[in-house]
Amino acid sequence: MLSVDALEVAYGGIRALKGVALEVGRGEIVALLGNNGAGKTTTLKTISGLLRPRRGAIALEGESLVGVPPHRIVLKGIAHVPEGRRIFNRLSVRENLMMGAYPRHDAAAIAGDLDRVLVLFPRLGERIAQVAGTLSGGEQQMLAIARALMLGPRLLLLDEPSMGLAPVLVEQIFETIVDINRQGTTILLVEQNAAMALAIAHRGYVLETGSVVLTDTAAGLSDNADVRRAYLGE
Amino acid sequence: MDLPLLVGIFPQVFLDGLILGFMYALIALGYTMVYGVLEFINFAHSEIFIVGAFVGVEILLGMRAAGWLEALPWPLVLLLILVAGMAGAGLLAVSVERIAYRPLRGAPRLIPLISAIGVSFFLQDLIRLVESIWRNAFNLVYPTMDALNHRFELTETIDVSVKSLVVIAAALAMLWALHALVNRTKIGTAIRAVAEDQAAASLMGIDVNRIISLTFLIGGAMGGAAGVLFGVQYGLINPYSGFIPGLKAFTAAVLGGIGNIPGAMIGGVVLGLLEAFAASYLSLLTGGAFGAEYKDIFAFSVLILILIFRPKGLLGEIVRERA
Ligand SMILES: Nc1ncnc2c1ncn2[C@@H]1O[C@H](COP(=O)(O)OP(=O)(O)OP(=O)(O)O)[C@@H](O)[C@H]1O
Ligand SMILES: [Mg+2]
Repeated sequence: MLSVDALEVAYGGIRALKGVALEVGRGEIVALLGNNGAGKTTTLKTISGLLRPRRGAIALEGESLVGVPPHRIVLKGIAHVPEGRRIFNRLSVRENLMMGAYPRHDAAAIAGDLDRVLVLFPRLGERIAQVAGTLSGGEQQMLAIARALMLGPRLLLLDEPSMGLAPVLVEQIFETIVDINRQGTTILLVEQNAAMALAIAHRGYVLETGSVVLTDTAAGLSDNADVRRAYLGE
Repeated sequence: MDLPLLVGIFPQVFLDGLILGFMYALIALGYTMVYGVLEFINFAHSEIFIVGAFVGVEILLGMRAAGWLEALPWPLVLLLILVAGMAGAGLLAVSVERIAYRPLRGAPRLIPLISAIGVSFFLQDLIRLVESIWRNAFNLVYPTMDALNHRFELTETIDVSVKSLVVIAAALAMLWALHALVNRTKIGTAIRAVAEDQAAASLMGIDVNRIISLTFLIGGAMGGAAGVLFGVQYGLINPYSGFIPGLKAFTAAVLGGIGNIPGAMIGGVVLGLLEAFAASYLSLLTGGAFGAEYKDIFAFSVLILILIFRPKGLLGEIVRERA
């Protein structure tokens, strides 16, 4: 579904990606692992159009995304939950969710999707009129994911959904990610929490200083001695 | 001190202050909306305001020359110049952003500000040039409409003209419409989302540049409406008469909390009232030591005091959180 090839991205003189290649198949959960500064966020931002690559190709179902502005990439069905949530603090929970559905005009279907995400995240339903900036960290993360789902995306890019959350909540969020995937959304998941990510992913890539150094099935990566040492704390 | 007189003129002064205040409020919206989205002070907004006034006067003069001014009902004429002034000023504001500000986005903050000051001077002299060629004069007087000048005597000391009532009604309607647009529509929510986080807004599928253009269009249109009402209310306009009201409206926006839409409305009304009361009461209360000409000093002193105690304005500045 998504294919990224020989992707090079730089911030001024700093080369952040040095030829990243990865594939995400329809219906998969693919984990993107790596240490701080490896280039995971940069990869997602380039896919969603926030950054322009120096070189390389990004294609969704064969259609190139390079040079397409972010608001047009959204129209192709890619939703991106950015690092640090980036919810709209001054908007209400409902307004945040409605912004997630911004490009859509099918009122009835939007209402249906609103019900659906409120079933996934009942906590948000209880706080629907609350100003989003006053939500707890975990609730804000739920809102960030729910907002992205309101697009009805084909592909969901998740950047560290577990960041800053208590273990119970992390588990809950990951269960929800699996639910979302079962309902038909393909997922590219960036995580520091490699154990959790590999537990739910089908396949994974390991990124080191801007290059993919390893790729395998989730089970394969979990068994890999290097991965166990570097990312699973053994 | 003449207490009965002080009390007697109160309603009249209040009314005058209210009219002035609504005018400031309408202009202040343009400053505050643009600031909210771009953190940039559109210094040329005072000229966008006065262009609205010139569009209005040109249509009125044209209609008078054609003999339509007397033939058409005045509410229709008023609506026409209001809509035309809003459209003219709104489109001008959008063009100014495209030509003079957008290419400078991402440049250090001072650069677009200087560009805006340049646009301000450019527009002043452009209006002067155009009017000088077209009418051989650039001080223009709004043609009067008799029905608008009719005054109701409420009491012996208070009377109110149809014009004043119309200005207040129009300003209120516009402020209400803007408030509803920004707070109760999808596009208004998108404006607020862009003001808060442009990158996140673009990830929602919001075309940030279009929203910025829309912000200039709305802010410019409000300024244009204020320009028309200014002309109708005070009569005489010239290419430079936007400057001082613009400056005061900007102050009103800061007073209310720059970037804050209800704040701009409240700040405008407060400043208008302060000014009107200072103009009427200063000389009465000081036995003539300070005349009405000190009104600005008084109004701005109060303003500085308020800002010392509430540096973020009455309703608080909306500071964009950056992740
Ligand atoms: N705006 C920027 N300007 C300059 N350099 C940047 C910028 N953003 C990221 N970088 C650099 O690019 C590299 C990759 O950063 P990136 O944010 O993609 O890492 P990451 O894998 O997401 O890390 P983390 O796990 O800490 O979020 C890092 O070396 C980082 O310092
Ligand atoms: Mg990151």
